[in-house]
Amino acid sequence: MINWKVILSIARTHLLTKIKQTATAALGVTFGIGAYITLVCFMTGLNQMLDNLVLNQTPHVHIFNEIEPSEVQPIDMYSEFSNAFNVVRSIKPKQSLKRIHNAVPVIDYLNNQENVRGAIPQIKTQIFYVSGAIELGGNLTGVDIMKEVELFNFKDYIVSGTPEALRNSDNGILLGAGIAKKMSLQVGNRIQVSNIKGEAFPLKIVGIYQSGIAELDDIQSFANIKTAQKILGESENYITDINVKLYDINDAIPLAEKMEKQFHLKAVDIKTANAQFETGTTIRNLITYAVSITLLIVAGFGIYNILNMLIYEKMNDIAILKATGFSGTDVQLIFMSQAVIIGFVGGVLGLLLGLGLSLAIDQTPFETEALPTIATYPVNHNPIFYVIGIVFAMISTFLAGYLPSLKAKKIDPVRIIRGQ
Amino acid sequence: MSPVLKAKNINKHFRKPVPFHVLKDINFEIQKGEFTSIMGKSGCGKSTLLYILSTMDTDYTGELYLNNSLVSGQERNKLSHIRNRDIGFVFQFHYLLSEFSVLENVMLPAKKLAVKSHEEIENDAMMKLKILNIDHLAKKKASRISGGEKQRVAIARALINNPALIMGDEPTGNLDSHNADNVFNIFRRLSDEEGLSLLIVTHDQDFANKTDRIIEMSDGRIIS
Repeated sequence: MINWKVILSIARTHLLTKIKQTATAALGVTFGIGAYITLVCFMTGLNQMLDNLVLNQTPHVHIFNEIEPSEVQPIDMYSEFSNAFNVVRSIKPKQSLKRIHNAVPVIDYLNNQENVRGAIPQIKTQIFYVSGAIELGGNLTGVDIMKEVELFNFKDYIVSGTPEALRNSDNGILLGAGIAKKMSLQVGNRIQVSNIKGEAFPLKIVGIYQSGIAELDDIQSFANIKTAQKILGESENYITDINVKLYDINDAIPLAEKMEKQFHLKAVDIKTANAQFETGTTIRNLITYAVSITLLIVAGFGIYNILNMLIYEKMNDIAILKATGFSGTDVQLIFMSQAVIIGFVGGVLGLLLGLGLSLAIDQTPFETEALPTIATYPVNHNPIFYVIGIVFAMISTFLAGYLPSLKAKKIDPVRIIRGQ
Repeated sequence: MSPVLKAKNINKHFRKPVPFHVLKDINFEIQKGEFTSIMGKSGCGKSTLLYILSTMDTDYTGELYLNNSLVSGQERNKLSHIRNRDIGFVFQFHYLLSEFSVLENVMLPAKKLAVKSHEEIENDAMMKLKILNIDHLAKKKASRISGGEKQRVAIARALINNPALIMGDEPTGNLDSHNADNVFNIFRRLSDEEGLSLLIVTHDQDFANKTDRIIEMSDGRIIS
């Protein structure tokens, strides 16, 4: 039978009379856990921001018509040569439309799928920005702006002007920040753009777009779908790209495969397109956890040391407790509970320290050209980190207390009493 | 009258540093209410015997009965319980838990036994302290009282669970003659008035002469 009340009261007395040692051990845990929380919140916040920078704007599945050579050349269809080794030189890409055939029904079909959050059309085209005699090459994308805002956080990248202004204007353009700077243009100004055939169109700048990726900002602009169709001189069903956003990103690969088979279109899923981002995230997480665990192990050794010393100091107490009828297990529990109390108090203080530090970091200004949407350092306040922190504190102090307490359990009281 | 403690054919060997037969065929009984002392030269095995009788040392052969029930070969937790309930211990050095108050020290074995409520235990502890005339020290830290007082606190602690037997390993060995007399008188009084059984290992011939019975040991045997 274990009498917890007595055991805990002895543990408490030991801890309180050695308050300095207790505090040192607990502070070790506090700093370990505090540093872990701060580090992990900051690092994952940064990771998320970097991922979002790309992934938010990236469709989960991007559907378009690829210009590519036919996989099956005419000679392959000819049965008489089926056993021969055919060499075809100078293969040309097959003649095909840039636009997606029957795009509107395809979009409707996608929007009716259960796992699709939204499928929206885009028109991608090359244009020239005209400034007097100078023509700068660039890309114009025709978008359904309100849907882009809803599904792809487009609003984050409009640094001046509003998406509504673009929607309400049939000759408006969201100009890339790089272009605007080069051509000294601001919201409200007019700009001439010309299509590849050389026909010029005057457009009104309703906003400035900045993605944070300089190369993109130097060429990319956005307009309404209708504006883009007008510039290209195409009809209302001219759509070059369909961007799909899903509820679950893991559905991207099967959907892409299905779309390729069903509609003979090229469909690229986000995982294939951005494989390197996942790798980067994994490695950064690995480093974060390696550093955090090192910190916690160091704290654990601190506790181990202090409990070991405590047990040497308390040899006589242990002997007397055993002589008066406390069992080895009781004695072990006395020291274990001390370790666990140190771990718990230190751990909780560590969580508070971590919370304070990460809140402070969250308030620290962090302004950079490259990241228009960020004003302070990004911090990920995920409660799961706090759970992991306290669990790790408990486990490491438990282990650090276990070995010394096992020694206390095994101490032979006769040897101590007779040895004095 | 039934014996409180009975030792039957107890033998013990030390294996380290060299094999040595410390206790040879120890047989004796202690009757209820008897005040017994064990005498003998240094190294004759009297303390070794005491620690076997106390159930703390389990490395021996033979049989040990406490209140007519066999304790040899019991598992350690059971022995701890027996020690807690039936045996009170007084050592040469005082061995109080220095961080606890006198009262807490006395109460600790009873709290471990957990038969009585906290109030009852506190009441009992105060009573034991009163019997030993040290109730005024109850709230003091154990590290802040004198040697003689510590030994009396240790006796009060030994008494707290009303054990069948009190054992002492030279309880007066570290005290001046005044305090030694004092401690002896306490034992004497407990034996006479409360009918307590006592088994005390001692070097002190005067102390032994005043007890009911002397067991004399030499070279691991009882000689009288």
